[in-house]
Amino acid sequence: MEKAIVLAASAIGAGLAAIAGIGPGIGEGFAVGKACEAIGRQPESSGAVTRTMFIGCAVAESTGIYGLVIALILLFANPFLGKL
Amino acid sequence: MGFKLGSEEVVVNGPKVAFKVFGLNVTETVILSWVVMAVIIGLVLFMTHNMSKDNPSKKQVVAEWIVETVNGMVRDSMGSKNLVYAPYMATIFSFSIFGSLISVLGLRPVTGDFSTTLAWALITFFMIQYAKIKNDGILGYFVGFSKPIALLTPINIISELATPVSMSIRHFGNVASGIVITQLLYFALTGLSHAVGLSVFPVFTIGIPAVLSVYFDLFTGFMQAFIFTMLTMANVGAAYPEEEQH
Repeated sequence: MEKAIVLAASAIGAGLAAIAGIGPGIGEGFAVGKACEAIGRQPESSGAVTRTMFIGCAVAESTGIYGLVIALILLFANPFLGKL
Repeated sequence: MGFKLGSEEVVVNGPKVAFKVFGLNVTETVILSWVVMAVIIGLVLFMTHNMSKDNPSKKQVVAEWIVETVNGMVRDSMGSKNLVYAPYMATIFSFSIFGSLISVLGLRPVTGDFSTTLAWALITFFMIQYAKIKNDGILGYFVGFSKPIALLTPINIISELATPVSMSIRHFGNVASGIVITQLLYFALTGLSHAVGLSVFPVFTIGIPAVLSVYFDLFTGFMQAFIFTMLTMANVGAAYPEEEQH
């Protein structure tokens, strides 16, 4: 019974951790939109803009990846099951 | 670890332990890293074999192009004084690309193991600290943490320590999520084939996972290698004083 509760709560927690994807989604969309604007204004600088945009996207993505790692830990390496 | 999906069990494993040496686990990752290293060294030796100045062969032109590109990237983001870092960046880049791309051959990507990316991130971390100490002196290095005001010291230390953590987790997370999602899709497609009565020949698992593989193996592999290298260059380069533009 206890195990079932822990497993259910972990599954819900893993699902909630996926909410962390919202922030990077908005942020990356914003960054890419701005990059498109910049390329539209100055097509000759598209190489540098794209490179910078990808790095910015990668940095913005890290919070989402933290959420993913928490979800993966809850699903595949659950630390709470050992405490029962 | 795994869980049941109908009659099939979905299993997503960490790297398997191949054998033990003095109580240390030698995992799949370690062995595949050796293979990747051997492939890279072999490729480099092959491409730089029989080089000539007057009559360059095709492989020499490719090798020169790679060196020129990496040197250019390092010069752009770190300044021409720091060209000494270029070989390290090329190493990390090629190791990361080959380490991720072996998943195309059905092997477990080396970068899908947190140990690998953490090791690279730690090298970068110590490289940053070395560059800072070299430029500011040991005293200036410690004083640098209390800038702009002393109140921010703990936050500066945390942000310094967060660099390797975020770099390693970013690379690992991207590759590992690819492994997990591909595995889940594979099992879902097998289940679908069972549901329509094609359990002998799971027809849906042909072709459809390949589309995801293009994104997760090729695109993510290249992207993460590029991003890891660029972030290393940016972080180490930031430790050096600005170069005057000519």
